[in-house]
Amino acid sequence: MAAVLALTALGLSLVFGVMRVVNVAHGEFFMLGAVLAWWFANLVVGNPALGFLIALVGSPLVVGALALVADRLVLKRLDYNPEATIVATIGMLYILQQLALTFYGPDARPVVAPISFRVQFPWFGYSGYKLVVVAASAIVLLGVWVLLARTKIGLIMRATQYDRETAQAFGIRVDRVYAGVFALGAMLAAVAAVLIVPIQQAYYLMGQDPLLLSFIVVIVGGLGSLRGTVVAAIFIGMSDGIISVFFSPTLAKILATLLVAMVLVYRPQGLFGARDT
Amino acid sequence: MLTIQNIDCFYGDVQVLRSLSLEAHGGEVLCLLGRNGAGKTTLLKAIMGLVRVRAGTIIFDGQALHNLPASEVARSGVGYVPQGRRLFAELTVAENLEIGLMTRGHGVETRDRALALFPALGERLRQRAGTLSGGEQQMLAMARALCLEPTVLLLDEPMEGLMPAMISRIREVVVGLKEAGVATILVEQRVDAVLSIADRVSFIENGRSRETMRVEEVRERPDLLQHYVGVGA
Ligand SMILES: Nc1ncnc2c1ncn2[C@@H]1O[C@H](COP(=O)(O)OP(=O)(O)OP(=O)(O)O)[C@@H](O)[C@H]1O
Ligand SMILES: [Mg+2]
Repeated sequence: MAAVLALTALGLSLVFGVMRVVNVAHGEFFMLGAVLAWWFANLVVGNPALGFLIALVGSPLVVGALALVADRLVLKRLDYNPEATIVATIGMLYILQQLALTFYGPDARPVVAPISFRVQFPWFGYSGYKLVVVAASAIVLLGVWVLLARTKIGLIMRATQYDRETAQAFGIRVDRVYAGVFALGAMLAAVAAVLIVPIQQAYYLMGQDPLLLSFIVVIVGGLGSLRGTVVAAIFIGMSDGIISVFFSPTLAKILATLLVAMVLVYRPQGLFGARDT
Repeated sequence: MLTIQNIDCFYGDVQVLRSLSLEAHGGEVLCLLGRNGAGKTTLLKAIMGLVRVRAGTIIFDGQALHNLPASEVARSGVGYVPQGRRLFAELTVAENLEIGLMTRGHGVETRDRALALFPALGERLRQRAGTLSGGEQQMLAMARALCLEPTVLLLDEPMEGLMPAMISRIREVVVGLKEAGVATILVEQRVDAVLSIADRVSFIENGRSRETMRVEEVRERPDLLQHYVGVGA
């Protein structure tokens, strides 16, 4: 789904844009968000809407906290070195996957509870819940945009992105900004996962597809460019969906990969890479 | 006010500052003169906490700066105008100033005071810093540093590439700060500008501080200028 993909990709793009860290474990934060959503939703019996709301708040918080820990214990110690962090996040990917396998198990579990949250528009062939997802994603995207463009925190994040050293020389605690951005990126993936979980099932390997698609979106949209990421996410999410339905998912992936290759060859800065936020 | 004692700094294994010592006082302009690569920028970065000080001490108003990260040095009141300006080019003039204001929590009065010194900036608040002219960028770099109301001001070649009218503008501003009690450390290549603005001059050679003397004495020692910067006064 394009809207959910936009959220996930935005998280990846934000982390890369500000920190220059390619977070290979981003898809696992997504997976964890979904698995935790299942867990949170099942805490409350009998009230699926409440369970879903708890998941929507709780799951991103837990994932964000975990990202903070990962930042402190791993990324910070590597001094955010671009190459070393790639290797480290690959490690995180497998650790998170194995943890999910151990504690959650190999089954894909339908998240029963939140599904009943679905609002059915009988006059509309489209599932009501999907509209809710689109609206919720749009609100979160807008919120992130307002945060970046209109608030002091956003200004600090952008200053850090453009010139880490000078930002420090003006009192900006860059390590805190990095920790916050990494957590925020992970939380965006988790929110996306909670939103998707009533449509897809929570599964310990479900992080792979969104990771690949997010990378495609981020490269096509221009690394670190917020506007580009959103536009590319909607474009790629929709065409992926349409091609998957009418032809085959494999063809969709092949075409997307081709698109990436073409963008990398002809416009390495991405379709929107020249612009910022 | 700011006392630097026997500091050593390295880039990797290469030693750039060797047991360098200096003192800067409030209400005074200390100029650093030395050849390209002597280590002047590195010294300012070391004070700022941007380059690690491996040995020696930097004490500012009784507080040790040499172990602090740059963000805390800035918050303690050290303003920095880096070589080459280092503006946030993608941000607007207003946003660049805002970063300076946030450093120590100052408000619009501080900003207005800084803008009063450089009125040309006031007309361009919404313009992106990267699109300013070279002179305007230099003004913005100064104004941004002034937005934290510094007690120590580090200026790294603030007059680079400016026309004479702008240079005298910067000189006026520095003199004004001096009268307000700020300690200014100025790195500058132009000997004439240094002689007209400095109270004391320190010669840096090969990462070491050599002679430090009052500017009047420097005027009488063209041989020193010849030796340390390769020009006659
Ligand atoms: N990031 C760095 N990595 C490695 N070496 C560096 C680095 N920055 C500076 N140096 C070296 O340290 C020495 C001192 O450099 P520095 O920039 O402090 O000189 P400077 O006195 O400011 O010169 P200039 O007058 O040209 O600005 C030079 O030999 C330079 O090559
Ligand atoms: Mg220099």
